[in-house]
Amino acid sequence: MIEIINHGIASSFQDLGRFGCSHLGVGRSGAADRPSHRLANRLVGNDDSAATIESCGGLGLRLHRAAAVAITGAQGAIDVRQGPPMAINAVTYLPAGADLTLRPPSEGLRYYVAVRGGFDLQPVLGSRSFDSLAGLGPRLQSGDRVAIGEHPDSPLATDLGFRQPLTDVIRVSDGPRHDWFTDEAWTILTTQPFVVSPSGNRVGARLNGTALERREIRELLSEGLVEGAIQVPPDGQPIVMLADHPVTGGYPVIAVVAPDDLPSVVQARPGTALRFRHTVG
Amino acid sequence: MRVLPFGPGAILAEYESLAEVMSVDAVLRDSGLAGIDEVIPAARTVLVTYNNVDRAALEKLLVPGPSVPIAEGPIVEIPVIYDGPDLEEVSEATGLSIDEIIETHSGTVYSAAFLGFTPGWAYLVGLRRSLHLPRRPTPRTSVASGSVAIANEFTGVYPTLSPGGWHLLGHTTATMFDVDRDKPSLVMAGDRVRFVRS
Repeated sequence: MIEIINHGIASSFQDLGRFGCSHLGVGRSGAADRPSHRLANRLVGNDDSAATIESCGGLGLRLHRAAAVAITGAQGAIDVRQGPPMAINAVTYLPAGADLTLRPPSEGLRYYVAVRGGFDLQPVLGSRSFDSLAGLGPRLQSGDRVAIGEHPDSPLATDLGFRQPLTDVIRVSDGPRHDWFTDEAWTILTTQPFVVSPSGNRVGARLNGTALERREIRELLSEGLVEGAIQVPPDGQPIVMLADHPVTGGYPVIAVVAPDDLPSVVQARPGTALRFRHTVG
Repeated sequence: MRVLPFGPGAILAEYESLAEVMSVDAVLRDSGLAGIDEVIPAARTVLVTYNNVDRAALEKLLVPGPSVPIAEGPIVEIPVIYDGPDLEEVSEATGLSIDEIIETHSGTVYSAAFLGFTPGWAYLVGLRRSLHLPRRPTPRTSVASGSVAIANEFTGVYPTLSPGGWHLLGHTTATMFDVDRDKPSLVMAGDRVRFVRS
């Protein structure tokens, strides 16, 4: 059993997401930084599909049973009471009664906490992810107690993980509506910095920069979206669609972030200046 | 039909009509083509996300064939109280009286073409041409759940509190989406819908 002592900032249970529910208007959701979610699970020997807790810090957990725990994603200090010290990207064996608290990250934005055996939660439409847009999935609240799942048979392969470093140069390819924008808009997008706004969330990373002007001003009928799509609303300030994006959207998509670079957008803290580089694709 | 780029794992096909969209959607779903993850039909487009798909085979399936009539599914009746804040504006824009708007809107059997935006949001087609209006120039930041609305060739019901740019004609107390029901979405693609004035 693990007790949520403090739900912290933007904390939620996440797994690899909900598949095949778009016909219900339900999107994929799931861990926003999937490589970090996978790494946390692999460190403790779980299947990639086990649920982790995604958190922007402040999360406090108490173990009522000894367990192997790994924390990945953002870099930051972890305070442990009644247990050994912990580091990011490493497996720690915590005894029953140990408390851990994630400090606000010093690098990156979202931590992933995995426990060997996974969090034993009731899936909703096949997933343990909380979709903040749809309001679907198991909720995480202070005071909740969550059972730890069966120990997986898999051995612990390593007790140290390595993740690909984050970058502030983000590769993008043409979006379906790139020709709705002026040539200047493309030049601006691929040469000027765009600063991550504090108002972003799991639905989208909001960016501030020189406004991207449209050539085509007619109304766009809503169309399907993918993670990494860069939507441009009428104010010209781009939004990168993240895990909880709606199934369809009504603003034109100028470009699409390369999947390998999406975790860098997910982990970009407010105030980070991102630069987009055009790649063919 | 135009094929538009959408990154390395997706393709967006754009069509002239919703009928073409529906025919391609049906073909894609029946094809069983390996590697397709999701097919997301919308008003004039079909988005296909994939992983290791035969692109040539996929692009062949995206060519619209003869249009298929929208399936005649069961009729879902949705009770509506026509008290929406946009009735006056719709009346001015269409030249119809409020009574005529209500009669027109409730006097049609609609078909659910596809779901999108948020869970349970069914895009219903069959709206009489006299009620076709573009979306509001500035969307509302918050529209109450159960709001019955129109925009362009569509009508629909907001399943949850959300932002929205459609014209609000009234509201229903029907629960459009409930994950604990056998059929979470009250209206599924292919269902027919009648709004009943109450």
